Amino acid sequence: MWDVISNAAVQTLYMVFWSTLLSVIIGFIPAVILTLTAPDGLRPNKVVYETLSLLVNIFRSFPFIILLIIIIPFTRMIVGKSIGTTAAIVPLTVSAIPYIARVFETSLRETDPGVIEAARSFGASDWQIMFRVYFKESIPRMLNGVVLLIISLVGYSAMAGTVGGGGLGDIAIRYGYQQYNTQYLVICSLILIVFVQLVQMLGNYLYKKIS
Amino acid sequence: MIELKNVKKNFDNLEVLKDISITINDHEIYGIIGQSGAGKSTLLRCINGLVDYQSGEIRVDGELVNLKDKNKLRQMQKNMGMIFQNFNLLNRLDVYENVALPMKFWGIPTNTPQARKKIEGLIELVGLSDKIHVKPRDLSGGQKQRVAIARALVLDPKILLCDEATSALDPAITREILDLLQKINKSMGITIIVVTHQMEVVKQICERVSFLKDGKVLSEGRPEELFVKPIKEVKQFLQEESGHLPDDGVNIQLFFTDESSDEPVITMMARKLNIDFSICWGKLEDFRSNVFGSLVINIKAEDQKKVTDYLDERKVLWEVL
Repeated sequence: MWDVISNAAVQTLYMVFWSTLLSVIIGFIPAVILTLTAPDGLRPNKVVYETLSLLVNIFRSFPFIILLIIIIPFTRMIVGKSIGTTAAIVPLTVSAIPYIARVFETSLRETDPGVIEAARSFGASDWQIMFRVYFKESIPRMLNGVVLLIISLVGYSAMAGTVGGGGLGDIAIRYGYQQYNTQYLVICSLILIVFVQLVQMLGNYLYKKIS
Repeated sequence: MIELKNVKKNFDNLEVLKDISITINDHEIYGIIGQSGAGKSTLLRCINGLVDYQSGEIRVDGELVNLKDKNKLRQMQKNMGMIFQNFNLLNRLDVYENVALPMKFWGIPTNTPQARKKIEGLIELVGLSDKIHVKPRDLSGGQKQRVAIARALVLDPKILLCDEATSALDPAITREILDLLQKINKSMGITIIVVTHQMEVVKQICERVSFLKDGKVLSEGRPEELFVKPIKEVKQFLQEESGHLPDDGVNIQLFFTDESSDEPVITMMARKLNIDFSICWGKLEDFRSNVFGSLVINIKAEDQKKVTDYLDERKVLWEVL
């Protein structure tokens, strides 16, 4: 039993880690574009903002389980197969990108407009304002967003069992629920609870430390 | 020297600045006073190119402020430091890093001994040497404004623009900040433009002032001229009413400026003319180091000629209300 569970725990960590890392990196780009082109941004552009915003909303409104299936061809293109733990990272990342784009956009745009004006008054370029002011001031808020993302990815990774992704959620469903092995269900759930709790605590600690 | 010629500015259909022409000399402390919405903050932002204007000309040391020429505008902005009502410091940077920030925008290294000396020197100038690695959230309002002042000076500007810099501070702290601005003006020769709705600010430090209302300059001059004998709009702005004056007899308002305020004119007049009158209203105010004021007296109608002749002779400004 412990072999199965520890193996699953590693799989969960693996899926959550990579999908978080990739979505944060990729999602940062649309977040910056949204912030720049927003009506109150440095380069307001209604067409770009509205289009990108719509795209983000479309991707966010897909139920994860549906997304998991419809992007199978895409997954195959990226990792060469559509089944397995690594393959599960693709749909997890795709679903997380629009989420993180929105969360980062909101964090960035919460920057005090007065501070941005001050930077402009000293002759800062848009690029400098983006990174030295918007980004720097928003890091704690963005970190909070990442913590929320990790926690929801833990939940989503359970569904990744559908494509053979494995992980604690998958074990809890297959061994625990479908095979009436309550032990598995309880242990997997406990590990997930502890994990989420740890992530949240670490997040809160870092938030305090860097803000 | 900063010259504004027929500057006009609209926000969509709203005219915010209507034909503003003022000249601000080097090394002076110039005030722009008016109610909220008078356009004074917008005017200040036009000077350093934070907002554009539709027509007219703004020249700083002869150079046109033109938002289309971004490179030149940046160079000009380097010459104009600015401080704000809400301080606008970066929360995640400490005092030192906040002061150093404009240098980073200009690619000037901030960790060389030279840069360190300069930044620390400015922090010392504003009296915060013991707070050098403190973050803004642990500073009081007055201290934050001091950091903002040091930051505004770090690029060696010739001009300092102050946008309601003391409006969020209590009177004692306001006085300290104004003293600091005056010290900077004196010791570094920096031209200072202060936008404010606070009469005290203008009275305490400004050498010249213009009164702005609805996007127009209604009055310009030395603060004592503007406020001791105010035009109707300035009176309204100051909410200064002469109160209930007697209906019978003649009410005369006397204005004491410069020399005349030192002499006991009123009591001398009573004795010399041998008349009685009542004092109905009065005020005395400090302007920088001088005291100026005005007084309303009520006299009998038959004494009017005598009194006004006497006042003219003593060179006291007066007006029948």
